[in-house]
Amino acid sequence: MIHFVILISRQGKVRLTKWYSPYSQKERTKVIRELSGMILTRGPKLCNFVEWKGYKVVYRRYASLYFCMCIDADDNELEILEIIHHFVEILDRYFGSVCELDLIFNFHKAYYILDEILIAGELQESSKKTVARLIAAQDSLVETAKEQASSISNMIAQATK
Amino acid sequence: MAGGSSSSTAPAPSLVDSLFQRSLDDLIKSLRSQPAGAEPTLLSRALAEIRREIRSSDPDTKAIALQKLTYLSSLHGLDASWAAFHALELLPSPSPLHKRLAYLAASLSFHPSTTDVLPLSTHQLRKDLSPSSPPPFSSLALHLLSLSASPDLARHLAPDLLPLLSSRSSPPSPLRPKAAAAALRALSVCPDVVPHLFKPLVDCLSSPDPRVVSAAVGAFAELASSGDPSSYLPLAPEFYRLLADSRSNWILIKLLKIFARLAPLEPRLAARLVDPLCDLLRRSSAQSLVFECVRTVFSGLPDHDGAVRLAVDKVKDFLASADDPNLRYLGLRALSMLGPRHSWAVEESREAVIRSLADPDPNIRREALRLIMGMVFDSNVFEISILLVNYALKSDPIFANEILDAVLTTCGRNVYELIVDFDWYVSLLGEMARNPHCTRGEEIERQLVDIGLRVRDARPELVRVARDLLIDPALLGNPFLCRILSAAAWVSGEYVEFSRNPLELVEALLQPRTSLLPPLVRAVYIQAVFKVLVFCFNTYIDRLEISRLSSLGNSTTGGASSIIESKSTAAASCIADGTTGIESNDGIAIGDKPASLFSSIENKDPFTCESLTNMLILIETAVDPLAENDEVEVQERTRNVLGLIHMLREIPTWKTEEQGFIKDNRIGEIVNLLQSMFSEELGPVSVNAQKRVPVPEGLVLEENLANLAWTLAEDDTAPFMSISFSLRSHQHGETKDNAASSVQSTSLLAEHRKRHGLYYLPAEKDGTESNDYPRANDPLLPASQGDVSEDLVKLTDQSLIPRKVKHTKPRPVVIKLDEGDGVSTSPSTTVKESKDDLLSGAIHDVLLGKERKPSSSQKKYSDKSSRRRVKDVSDNGESVSLSKEKLDLGDREHRSSGSRRSKHRSHGKERHTSPQKNDEKEEKNHRNSTRSSHHHERHKHRQRGEALLDVAPQAPVIQDFLL
Repeated sequence: MIHFVILISRQGKVRLTKWYSPYSQKERTKVIRELSGMILTRGPKLCNFVEWKGYKVVYRRYASLYFCMCIDADDNELEILEIIHHFVEILDRYFGSVCELDLIFNFHKAYYILDEILIAGELQESSKKTVARLIAAQDSLVETAKEQASSISNMIAQATK
Repeated sequence: MAGGSSSSTAPAPSLVDSLFQRSLDDLIKSLRSQPAGAEPTLLSRALAEIRREIRSSDPDTKAIALQKLTYLSSLHGLDASWAAFHALELLPSPSPLHKRLAYLAASLSFHPSTTDVLPLSTHQLRKDLSPSSPPPFSSLALHLLSLSASPDLARHLAPDLLPLLSSRSSPPSPLRPKAAAAALRALSVCPDVVPHLFKPLVDCLSSPDPRVVSAAVGAFAELASSGDPSSYLPLAPEFYRLLADSRSNWILIKLLKIFARLAPLEPRLAARLVDPLCDLLRRSSAQSLVFECVRTVFSGLPDHDGAVRLAVDKVKDFLASADDPNLRYLGLRALSMLGPRHSWAVEESREAVIRSLADPDPNIRREALRLIMGMVFDSNVFEISILLVNYALKSDPIFANEILDAVLTTCGRNVYELIVDFDWYVSLLGEMARNPHCTRGEEIERQLVDIGLRVRDARPELVRVARDLLIDPALLGNPFLCRILSAAAWVSGEYVEFSRNPLELVEALLQPRTSLLPPLVRAVYIQAVFKVLVFCFNTYIDRLEISRLSSLGNSTTGGASSIIESKSTAAASCIADGTTGIESNDGIAIGDKPASLFSSIENKDPFTCESLTNMLILIETAVDPLAENDEVEVQERTRNVLGLIHMLREIPTWKTEEQGFIKDNRIGEIVNLLQSMFSEELGPVSVNAQKRVPVPEGLVLEENLANLAWTLAEDDTAPFMSISFSLRSHQHGETKDNAASSVQSTSLLAEHRKRHGLYYLPAEKDGTESNDYPRANDPLLPASQGDVSEDLVKLTDQSLIPRKVKHTKPRPVVIKLDEGDGVSTSPSTTVKESKDDLLSGAIHDVLLGKERKPSSSQKKYSDKSSRRRVKDVSDNGESVSLSKEKLDLGDREHRSSGSRRSKHRSHGKERHTSPQKNDEKEEKNHRNSTRSSHHHERHKHRQRGEALLDVAPQAPVIQDFLL
């Protein structure tokens, strides 16, 4: 299974973290520090796998972002590379040629998308179309709710509460 | 909750606060525009702001505050656990926006074991999981459940998962895949829920929706790889059907993972897998799937040569892919999964593997090294080590040391079990020491001394290597090498009788650059000088004695030289026989080699009166300044040497005439005493030696000293320390005595040895030896700096595969003490192997129906994989609760189940005759299932034998469950 997903920028800034195995906040910080030290220093044209504490970390660089996933030693590395690519393609489709800023300002949306792809550290939706449809449905649900909330009567009710 | 208590004192947020609340975008912008270094203050200000806002009664304000906190905690690593309660507060919100934010915050910050408000979420999760709530809400709840399920939460919510998971609900829930994943998590944290969730999960396998199948297969792959796979063996027919039908690579990969676990358990399953696997290997264009096939073949079907052959061919393609480092890496990994039995596969790819040592990627290089070291046997250790050590000269410092490490550990494994030719190995050690990148001085030091102690035959070569190291002034400046030099100095002092030219040795030991060495190493140097000095005088005097005798008697040269031999080798014979040596002057026949060595010395004759005088002067001048050294070790040893020199000087006759030595017997006596002191052989000391010493009666150790227990305990911890410690302390103790009292010390030693003979090593005679092997440092390697890997490949024409080697000489005796010896040098097998061992051990235990006791190794394992700490629990629990489940199901489907089970228990083999319900579902596959699991059953019977009655219920449980 995938134990965690981390997105790090080339400068070592964290852009997304998702933990499918329980780690305390302290451990999380330590893991990120160790892994960014290991991965960011690796040159281009090297293999995409790093051994780390008996696990394997599969990473792939897209523009300035490193997408890293940690898996068990006997998991399939190439499959994980495909999952990463799958995730990136969906992000790209959703944001329309995604860039780092999109993920920074819409970090929660990146999480929602990831949650549609992975659950409990397993791939659960391999169709890009389905993911896009599900996310769109949720977004429209939220939008209608927002519109309702921002209608004038609601504002008055809020203010006079 | 920290947040709650601290916030009670802060002022409540006003309406103004919520009106002018900073949004997430504002926060992000301010963080991005901050000057470098201001981040901590900015973060703490933002946090204070959030703490205030989050207590607002207005859900909007609260939600935004929570969102900001989520951002800060997940991307800036701030602790958000204090806000767990606020996230809970927002969970019931009717607004999808707030709910989504609340669930996001909760799923990122909740921790199954440390979040104490987790039980409070049970009710809300149940509400959101219910079929009446909109699917997006249920989806959020499933996510949270899958990430932060504690055993309690899983137990309480398992019934609520059922409607989402079950195929009975119509139409089947769109969230079924997610429910399957959540069910997996619930199963693994809380085995109690197996009766509820296992059956629906199995039903998912036959769903028409590929998403559901994929999720279920993924769940079983996870369960089988983390627990005991034999529990899933009855499902094999179902998996096999999927393997034949499925077109999705995702599903196929997971299925292969399951089969890799199951195939070793059931030979017939393995046989059936060969065809589909070979088919996939040939047909598939997806590398991930091909790789998974290769891995399954290597780990699950190593006995099916056809499949292995095909897989090895695929691996060759991987290794040959020049533009994809990933495939090369995985190819090497796959090869190292094959055991020594299939070393032909590595041999076939030899060139590619060796080339990988020069790969630009350090990970690939390391993998290649690991693979090569896994293929080392006593027949090829010679070629491989030379190849690697030579390669280490050319590679970068980090990898060079990794290579040296690998060679040292492999060759030193289990008290050098791989090494036949120690002369070669010793010179290889010298070679490694000369590697400019070498930082492994400690291990080389240990092995040099250790071989000296253990392998008598290697000593002449050891002394030669030590001399070469000592004599090279360039090595003295390298701080990583001083440990090796210390070993070299010790070896050349201790075994000086094998030295070709002791005078040269003294010069090497006293060269000016030794001032660069750390004090402790210098102390060893000086002690070595002391030993060499004594040896030189002793030999000289012996020789004078003989020539006097021979000139007195009928001087037949042959007789004289034979006496010379016996005299001069007295020291060696002392060692060989393990006697105290003083009385052994009459000479004992000994092997030819030392004699020939000495006759060569005799030819050159370094021991003249003049040379000895010069040596004394040299030693005196070099050592004299050290008598005032700050370091006690150095000072003390220096004084010993100087004391001896002064004593010799006081005897006036020796300077004037050669015969003075003879006339004044005192010199002879002194030197003889000292020599006999050093000729006592030092052996390796067993780790357990201390334990075997009986405590004398009447000795009360604990009394009043109980609080010093830790001091004693410390001594036992370092096995190799004990060796070097004993060496040093021997020397130390002996050198403190002056010549007069050394008789006493020697006799004491002798007596001690007689009494505790048990702890000393029996001395054995050695065979002869010749130097047929080329030396490691012979210039085999073309020194050209051209294409490194080309050279490498050329070098390995005959390496890597174990082959029959005619040993031109027998392996010398390597002294091993007992079981405990060498334990710490034994290699740590790779993680993978030990994992497999543990797993198979666990399976075995289950098969035999034994209680699973947490053995130490198992404990280690669960420690290691603390991320899956629940594994063992779930194993036990599953088998137990499976039987419970069986009852449940039986009640539902079969009235007669209970009685049938009892019948099974008594007639395990007759089960197939019992009438089964003739379902319309009874297709070929299901028949397969009966047969294969039945076969499995029989297989187990064979193993179990007498234990049959106790464990029989467990197997039918699984059997019934399938039908």
